[in-house]
Amino acid sequence: MTTPAGDLVLQRLTKAYPLPDGGALTILHELDLTVPAGETVAIVGPSGSGKSTLLNLIGTLDQPTSGTIHLGQTEVTSLRGQSLAEFRARALGFVFQDHHLLPQLTAIENVLVPTLASRPTADANARASALLDRVGLSERRDSFPSRLSGGERQRVAIARALINRPQLLLADEPTGNLDLDTGASVISLLLELAADQGATVMMVTHNPEQAARCQRTLRLREGRLVPQGAPA
Amino acid sequence: MNLYEGIRVALMSLVHNKMRSFLTMLGVIIGVAAVIIVVAIGQGLKKDTMSRIERMGTNLLMVNPGPSRRGGVVQEMTVINLKEEDAVEIAKTVPGVAGVAPEVRGRVQAKYRSRNTSIQLVGTSVDYAKVRNWKITEGRFFDDSEVRGRKRVCVLGSQVVTDLFYGKPAIGEFVRINGMPFEIIGTAAEVGAMWGSPDSTIVAPLTTVMYRVLGQDNLSSITVSARSAEDVDKVEKGIEVLLRKRHRLRPGQDNDFNIMKQSMFLESMAEAGETMTRLLGAIALVSLLVGGVGIMNIMLVSVTERTREVGVRKAVGARKLDILAQFLVESVVLSTIGGVLGILVGIGFSQLIARQSGWTAIISVSSIIYSFLFAGAVGIFFGLWPAKKAADMDPIAALRYE
Repeated sequence: MTTPAGDLVLQRLTKAYPLPDGGALTILHELDLTVPAGETVAIVGPSGSGKSTLLNLIGTLDQPTSGTIHLGQTEVTSLRGQSLAEFRARALGFVFQDHHLLPQLTAIENVLVPTLASRPTADANARASALLDRVGLSERRDSFPSRLSGGERQRVAIARALINRPQLLLADEPTGNLDLDTGASVISLLLELAADQGATVMMVTHNPEQAARCQRTLRLREGRLVPQGAPA
Repeated sequence: MNLYEGIRVALMSLVHNKMRSFLTMLGVIIGVAAVIIVVAIGQGLKKDTMSRIERMGTNLLMVNPGPSRRGGVVQEMTVINLKEEDAVEIAKTVPGVAGVAPEVRGRVQAKYRSRNTSIQLVGTSVDYAKVRNWKITEGRFFDDSEVRGRKRVCVLGSQVVTDLFYGKPAIGEFVRINGMPFEIIGTAAEVGAMWGSPDSTIVAPLTTVMYRVLGQDNLSSITVSARSAEDVDKVEKGIEVLLRKRHRLRPGQDNDFNIMKQSMFLESMAEAGETMTRLLGAIALVSLLVGGVGIMNIMLVSVTERTREVGVRKAVGARKLDILAQFLVESVVLSTIGGVLGILVGIGFSQLIARQSGWTAIISVSSIIYSFLFAGAVGIFFGLWPAKKAADMDPIAALRYE
């Protein structure tokens, strides 16, 4: 099937885990969802509602039991091996709850990690510098993560997520480990930078204020989307 | 990821864990150093032995009486078939012969004042010193007239001088051999502990020893020196033909003597040295393998520790191959740096050992190249499994890993 350029389309997306008694634990139930390119979406819901699983499926870290995911022309769910790795590097950016920076690399080297993976680009260094500048860390470019504050680390992680100009930025509770003020400024930065690049944002959060800053909020409950406007 | 980047990243993570990296490398360092040292000392000893043998003369042949055999059955156990006349004829008729020393040997009691020792007495001709390359340091060797006259004169090997005279001048003194006084007319330089070393022997005229001391007229052996190394085979053939004729052996009958060549001895020594070096080298290689197990252990720890790093790399688009290469490069970098350090340590230590012990250490380029390559191979072999483990990780599980 074809979709408009860059749109994220989920069709009857289901994820279930087999249980020892022969049954299955269904985490996501036939989810249908379309996110136009460039939209910012917050995913909220109680713990265990399937938020992270949804994000992992969209991020190709996990395979759905059934259903499909399309990003633009690409059927994401059918990618394997080399093309899957290339897709991750080219189209996706991740910001995790924990910054997941590599301790043995400096800030700028961490930002460059995704460019190491497949194709070495000549302008990657300049771009990494510009991104660090943009998140306000040009002074700290040669610092190791252990020398950075929590907020600074997460800003480096945002720069890393954006280094390859992804179409889709996935954030799993990106401010979960930060205090409220720092968290708010990190979210501002994340949304700003994503908007600069026209990237679609899918962000899992527990914070209603942060969710409100996205254009749309999806509520998950027991693996199903709660219709818009329904009581939370 | 290109190789240069990979090595840089690997180096950074090794530097990040300096102490651990060093301890991991230690196994390889010790293994490689052991290989280098063993081979260097082994080669040195081999060369020392060779040159010592060569100092004794490479052109030597030794004719020993052998039991006469018929169809493989020993006919006579006591062999008394080698006579002085045989030696005389060899000197006279075999072409290419430079010197002939008939030898008769027996264990005797030697006594100087209250010092008493059981020792090997050699009776021989004047050619002995020349044939055996025996250097007389003090006094002189006996001459033909003393041999013909069955004179009781003798020359002492260096060890005997030490044992009986504690190194003091012995010339002109008398030593009692089986009760008979012998005048000491010369002492010899040290030859070294080698094949039939004359260091701990007393050498006296052939006739004196045969008729006055041991009471026998057959020889223990005849030592023959050829004019050159090329003549050795010709001389061997000549002696065989001559002795068969003199001993009246029929065609088809086995020789009642055997001829040993120094070159044969040289070869077997070389072979023994080579075997020894190989054996010790193999043991050293085992320690290198143990070093490899150390690398594997640490790489497994490292992979586990960096599970989340693997998850992150995969999430941002690293292929299996990239992860595999990353850890593999890391273990190869570990092992090759260990290899280089081991080579330096090995060279240093073999020089030190050589200086301390007076041995020769020969550091061969091939042992350096082989042990370096082997260290690299150890890195690949023992790094492969941990790297594979990392590459096969499930990214979600890896990211969640605490």
